[in-house]
Parts: sequence; C-alpha cells; structure tokens
Amino acid sequence: MQQTRLDNTFKHLGESDTKAFVAFVSAGDPDPVTSLKIMHGLPTAGADIIELGMPFTDPMADGPSIQASSQRALKAGMTLKGTLDMVRQFRTDNDETPIVLMGYYNPIYIYGVDAFIYDAKQAGVDGLIIVDLPPEEDEELCIPALNAGLNFIRLATPTTDDARLPEVLANTSGFVYYVSITGITGSASPKRNVVEEAVARVKRHTDLPVAVGFGIRTAEQAEAIASVADGAVVGSALVDVIAESLDSHGRSSPETVTETLKKAQELADGVKRA
Amino acid sequence: MISETELAMSKANSYTTGPDENGRFGIFGGRFVAETLMPLILDLEKAYGAARQDPAFLDQLQDLQTHYVGRPSPLYFAERLTEHYGGAKIYLKRDELNHTGSHKINNCLGQILLAKRMGKRRIIAETGAGQHGVAVATVAARFGLPCTVFMGATDIERQKPNVFRMKLLGAEIMPVTSGAGTLKDAMNEALRDWVTNVDSTFYIIGTVAGPHPYPAMVRDFQSIIGQETKHQMLEREGRLPDTLCACIGGGSNAMGLFYPFLDDESVDIIGVEAGGHGIDTPEHAASLAGGKPGVLHGNRTYLLQDDDGQITEGHSISAGLDYPGIGPEHAYLKDTGRVTYVSATDREALDAFQLCTKLEGIIPALEPSHALSHLGKIAPNLPSDHLLVMNMCGRGDKDVFSVAEHLNVDIG
Repeated sequence: MQQTRLDNTFKHLGESDTKAFVAFVSAGDPDPVTSLKIMHGLPTAGADIIELGMPFTDPMADGPSIQASSQRALKAGMTLKGTLDMVRQFRTDNDETPIVLMGYYNPIYIYGVDAFIYDAKQAGVDGLIIVDLPPEEDEELCIPALNAGLNFIRLATPTTDDARLPEVLANTSGFVYYVSITGITGSASPKRNVVEEAVARVKRHTDLPVAVGFGIRTAEQAEAIASVADGAVVGSALVDVIAESLDSHGRSSPETVTETLKKAQELADGVKRA
Repeated sequence: MISETELAMSKANSYTTGPDENGRFGIFGGRFVAETLMPLILDLEKAYGAARQDPAFLDQLQDLQTHYVGRPSPLYFAERLTEHYGGAKIYLKRDELNHTGSHKINNCLGQILLAKRMGKRRIIAETGAGQHGVAVATVAARFGLPCTVFMGATDIERQKPNVFRMKLLGAEIMPVTSGAGTLKDAMNEALRDWVTNVDSTFYIIGTVAGPHPYPAMVRDFQSIIGQETKHQMLEREGRLPDTLCACIGGGSNAMGLFYPFLDDESVDIIGVEAGGHGIDTPEHAASLAGGKPGVLHGNRTYLLQDDDGQITEGHSISAGLDYPGIGPEHAYLKDTGRVTYVSATDREALDAFQLCTKLEGIIPALEPSHALSHLGKIAPNLPSDHLLVMNMCGRGDKDVFSVAEHLNVDIG
C-alpha cells in the first residue's frame, strides 16, 4: 500500500517527537455550514488528524454526547453523501490534514460498498473507522478499502487479549485506535498507568502508531494519555462544546465555531506538551 | 458412517443447517459488533456449543420446562373458531399458558442456565411489550441474579402492568428516551451497557436476532414449540399439520414453531408481520414487506430504513412487534421462498383479538392476534380436513388496558 496522509503525518510527528491530536466532530453538527467552518478551523487549532463522524440513527458504541451530536446532524439533513461533499469542500484548500471517517456500517452498505470506496477516495478521505466491522467481517469493507488505498483503522480494546490482537491488527493500517476503557464514548476517563501498559502490549504486536481515545475530556488528560501513546483522540468533549453553544432553538450561535475551536486548541496544547 | 461429501450434499437440501461457522444464513446474520463485544460473543458461542451437548444442562432445562413453565403446552382444537370460519380445522398451540404468559420463558430459561454456567453475575435485557422483560426478571429472581431491563419510555407508558410486574420480581427498569423510546432504542441501550460491563454481565436477548450465536441459540431454545406441536399433531391426527401460522416481530415464537417443520415439504408455513396502519403507509413494522437488507444490532437482515441507511421507527398497536428489523433466519427463509410472509393491520389484529376472546374464551395478546387475523383470511377457503396450527404465543392480560383505549372504553 502506498503512503497515505496518515502515514506521512505520523512520520513527521515522530521525527519531531510530537504526539498526534485527533479531533472528532460529527459531519453536519449542528448544521452543514457551521460544521464545515469548524472542520476548516481544526488544523489551525492544532488538530493533526480529523476524525469525521458519519451520522447514524443508532450509534450503539457511543455515549449521550455523540448520540446527540449525530441526531443534530441528521436533523439538519446530513447524509453520507453530504459527509463526502464536506470532505471534498475541505480538500479545496487543505491537502495535508488526514481525514478519517468514523461510523457504522449500514449507511455505507446502503450507499454501496464499491461506490462508497470510490467516492470517499475521490473526495479525499484517507481512512475509515467502522465500529461494527470486527475482523470477522473483513470481506465486507476492510479488504476492498485496503485494496483501493484507504487506511482501515481498527479499534483494539481492553477485551482484545494477546491471542486475539494479531487477528485484529492483521488488516489494520494508518494507526491503531486503542479504546482505553470498556464502555461507550465519553464515559469514565482512563488511568494513565493502565493505558501505558495497554499501549505497550499493543506495540509488542505492531509497528503502527497507537492513538488512544474514549473518555478524554480535558487538556490535562489529553497530555497524560498522549505522553504514553502516539496520539490522543477527543470527541465527546468537543461536541459537548457545540451543544452548549447552541441558541434556545438548537441552532448555531456566533460562538459555536469559536468556542469549539478554542476547546480544540486547549486540547491540542495539552497533547503537544506530552 | 457417511462421508463428508454425502453429508455436504444432504445438508444442501435442508433448511435446517444454518447458520454456517460465520453465523450466516445465506447472506444474512453475521457478527457486526464492536471489538469490545467480539471476544464476549466468541466465548458465548463456545459455551453454548458445549452446553447444548451436555446432558446435565439439557436435563436441568427440561426439568424446569416441565415443572416451572408447565410444558408441554397444549395443542388445542379451536372448535368455535373453526365453525365460525367454516373451513380448515384450527388448532392453537397454547404457549400463552406458560408461566409468565408467553413463549419468552422458553428462551430465558436456556440463557440463564448458560449465564450461570459461564459464571456471570448480572443479567441485562431489552424489552418491548414487556413479555420478554417479565420472563427475564422471572428467571433472574428464580436464580438469584440481579437484573436490569432496558425499556423504551414510550413502551413503559403503554405497558404499565408488565412494568410493575418486573419491579415486583426485583428487576431494575431503565427507561430509554433516545429515538422513539421503543424496542430498537432499548436494544441500543442494552448493548451500551454490555460493552461497559463486559466481565460481569450476561445479555439475554429476547428474540432470534443480534450477533451470532444469538439467532441460532434463541431459535434452538424456542424450537420446543415446534417439536411438541409435531408430536402432538401426530398423536392427535396421525399426520403432520398442513399449515403453520405465527406472528413476527423479531420472530422468535415463529422460528420456534417453524424450525422443526422446515424440511417437511408438505407443510405450508406463514409468518404474519405487523402491518400497523397498512404497509402502504409509513406507519408499520413489516420489515420483510417494507424494508430492505441492512446491518443493525449485530446482524444483517431486512430493516426499515431510508435511502441513506438511517433506521426508521416501526409502528404497531403491539409493542412487542414494533421493531424495525427481523431475525436473520426469517430473512433467509423469505428469500429462499420456504416461508410465506404476509401482514395484518392494527385494526385487523384488534378485531381478531375480540373474536377469539368471545368465541374461545381465550384472551390473546395483541401479538398473536395478528396471526389470528390471518386465519380469517385463509381458513374459510380451505377444506375441512386441512390442519391449521396457529401459535398462541402470549396471553392478552397485559393488553386489556390499551385495547380498552383503542375501543374507546373507559375502564379507569
């Protein structure tokens, strides 16, 4: 597989011994225009990688924050096609920042796997994180996506033991997303020493960078986690800022973009201190 | 001993060999779950595989079925319904007489014995009408395990008697307000709990859906319905039934009745989905008639969804049927043509509910009332020696309040 933006990003960060800040937002939250503005601002605010959520009605691995974020986006008319359009528009003036689409399989299955891979690649997507596609279902999307030159980023979790890790890592590329807790997004924050051990365990099985997510809310936590991994992923804490910035009708306010990017900057600063 | 090839050939001609080692029934089924859950469902598959071959496990299950549930349930000749329709000879498989009032207990007993065997210390479940929730709360009480039942806030409102029953049995009820607050949302929330409490918790899924091995395991535990029916009909009439009919939400009572008959070519099999206000309206829960294949809750199956792959809400007068999906084996049986799937509307179910109550002195649940209403469409045109079996999978005590409301009767 040829080098992707993800590979390049981790290579450059590695050379300067800096950790990656991966910022998650849902495509279209709270509306397509505001969401694109946030996306455009994230690299300047310090995001090394953008993880863009593909909204889905039934996000089974997500906590209340990302569920609500997904619902806001759907209510504002976001679709999978709309998500790819957003990436295309983002790419008109940013060709460096890697974009990873994160979500659930059904919208892709309905879009059509081949059409989706082609359109995602054309739009400038670099990788995919599909929560409900474990290695047992690799034939569905993982293998065709890898063949097309998209990274397929797998989640490894505390329940993935040493016997299973090689299977989980086999078709993983770009980076490994270590889920720091057993639970849903946005729940209890992980302990640094536990994460350190877990990352070391994953690294015994792979040379890929390991980013850690689920439960990181503050700059301090981001710093602590990033110091023992190659990167930190933050989602719920960012979309909570979007939620808090909305007016009484649930529409974006003048603060929505600025406050979200301010929070991203804080988190990025934390990661960069690591 | 037969050779591998012979075995493979005989299997190709059977409908009862699924799922394959990947949990697939044709293209349906599978294991579409988050990585956190994957090791758990692999463990479950292994544990269930061992349990189903362990005589001690099977003996304990059978003993409870006999003395705790009251099985076998009768196969009852519904004389007055038969006279009323003036055609086929109608039999009702009386699973509504089971302890807890529905077929759900068949599956719950199997799963809780498995949970104990696996050393799990806590039970979770989802419920729609509350029948599965009551059955889970019952077995959890019987085996002394704490139990949390996830139930949509909308369903809690329309199924108050069952909510109270579960609480009496010691279960904790977690109201789910996401989505429309019905069965689909309750299942999402149960999965979120499971992913959080992986070590201690056993998830008792109530229907033949979810990731492998659930669809096959729940079917196996429910198959006692069909096995008894076969035996009872042979004893009573000296031959197999001609037609089987059962209602379908997720499809566990239907799968339980159908499964032992799938390879009996002479038997016509009909599943009745919830047609809500009509399958030509957006307000129904007929996933096979009005949905298309997709992936949700761990399996690929027919789902009610829009063009973007977003799941839409099912609607039915019966809280137990308004799920936007259906068990993957039913999806497979539809595509292969082995089973015919039809639907009945809210109105038709309500009419059948009243008719059965008046003619047979049996108050059916609203779920099997859908299957009952289909009898009215086919029985009159069938000869009097045609043996028709309908699965009376639940009793209607829980529904009398909501039926009164639909009939504009104030019972306080």
